[in-house]
Amino acid sequence: MALYSDKVMDHFRNPRNVGIIEDADGIGEVGNAKCGDIMKMYLKIENDIITDVKFETFGCGSAIASSSMATELIKGKPVKEAMTLTNKAVAEALDGLPDYKMHCSVLAEEAIQKALNDYYEKHPEKKPDANVPA
Amino acid sequence: MRIYADNAATTKLSPEALFAMMPYLTDCYGNPSSLYESGQKAKEAIEQARETVASCIGAEPKEIIFTSGGSESDNQAILSAAEIGKKNGKTHIVSDAIEHHAVLHTLKKLQTRGFDVTYLPVGENGIVDPEDVKEAIREDTCLVTVMTANNEIGTIQPVCEIGKICRERNVLFHTDAVQAVGHLPIHVCSDNIDLLSASAHKFHGPKGVGFLYAKKGIRLTNLIEGGAQEKGRRAGTENVAGIVGMAEALKGSVSRMEENGKKLTDLRNRLIEGLSEIPHSALNGDREKRLPNNVSFCFEGIEGEGLLLLLDDRGICASSGSACTSGSLDPSHVLLAIGRKHDVAHGSLRLTLGDDATAEDVEYIIRSVKEVVSYLRSFSPVWRDLTAGKSEFIL
Repeated sequence: MALYSDKVMDHFRNPRNVGIIEDADGIGEVGNAKCGDIMKMYLKIENDIITDVKFETFGCGSAIASSSMATELIKGKPVKEAMTLTNKAVAEALDGLPDYKMHCSVLAEEAIQKALNDYYEKHPEKKPDANVPA
Repeated sequence: MRIYADNAATTKLSPEALFAMMPYLTDCYGNPSSLYESGQKAKEAIEQARETVASCIGAEPKEIIFTSGGSESDNQAILSAAEIGKKNGKTHIVSDAIEHHAVLHTLKKLQTRGFDVTYLPVGENGIVDPEDVKEAIREDTCLVTVMTANNEIGTIQPVCEIGKICRERNVLFHTDAVQAVGHLPIHVCSDNIDLLSASAHKFHGPKGVGFLYAKKGIRLTNLIEGGAQEKGRRAGTENVAGIVGMAEALKGSVSRMEENGKKLTDLRNRLIEGLSEIPHSALNGDREKRLPNNVSFCFEGIEGEGLLLLLDDRGICASSGSACTSGSLDPSHVLLAIGRKHDVAHGSLRLTLGDDATAEDVEYIIRSVKEVVSYLRSFSPVWRDLTAGKSEFIL
């Protein structure tokens, strides 16, 4: 059996949404070079919809594939839905990851959460619970 | 195009080794301990192999014992020396930071049993300084264990000088020569070696077999108890075909050593020259004192696994010391020991050429590595920060 599923290899070989967004509405970076993984996500958000997403990743094959898949899963989706993306969903969409590579999908989830938090920090009025009385 | 450039991991079985093995995998299946003809024939084959192996390293046949490979030999050599030391009240061992895990983990086990181990550092060139060995030896030192050539960065250690120091101080000297046997000239007497470990599949022999050289008079401790095989030093029915194949492979490798060594050194030098053109890259280990087929590099801003997968797509089999390829979080202890920072140790590549490598292969490898490194850098946030001046280049 190969190390990775065909889906992982496809997303590794042909990563989707690679690059940066100069005027991004939210940016999230996680990981560190010392540990061998860094993911950086850029989001463009209009009317609570993620209209564009790009990523850059320093890391192994599954880290690159996880980033790519995560961007696919949230592109065109409402922000609220993107907030609920889990690492499990990323790994499942890739037809699974080896156990010791699951942390790559966790990084992808965290990078997106961080980018969304960055967006909310810049636009506090957009926070889902911003207008709900205490 | 398919280029196998991972000969430090394992090598292809030589046709002559396979040919020599075949009878012992088919008709001549007798147990060497049996007295009837097919058993005795197998026994003769083993003794013939012992003579061949011994002559290839300047030893006497009775100083060779057959094992399952390099790891077992390393374990047995070190545990035996420790046992001898303990009997004489000596419980200190000298080794170094870039040994194979078969050595390091055995030493760690001994540390839990009351042994004190000094791990000598290596310089940036990946070579142990014999002066350091001299200074580290104490009254209670029972063993010095330093490898002949490193498996990751290919650096060749001054084994002969270290052996000489050990002789003068009356300390046993073991060398893990797994990467060197069949590739570098080794003569246990003139190199002052007391114990030496080797593995067949690193010199075109079969997997699962190796040998341990133990100088006459050194009492070996059994790792495997049982029958009286190998003069009671290693129980278990002998791997007859494996042993025969190993001897044949070693004979072939030694006879072609000089010719292959020259050819590979030229190809290696060209490969180093070509890969050095990649900006912010560095060769790991000494430029000259390295195995004729070993090239090890670090490339800043990328991680090794992606590099290996994309090289595999281009038909090149290579290896890396990155954490992601080993399943641990830390990159290679060897790269860290020569002073590489974690950040760049993750982006390492090891290419170990085969005897059949050509100049064309080397040019193809250089082209492919350049393409893949620049592709991976094109979407690496680390590389972006480096080139934007937000962080400083290490290499």
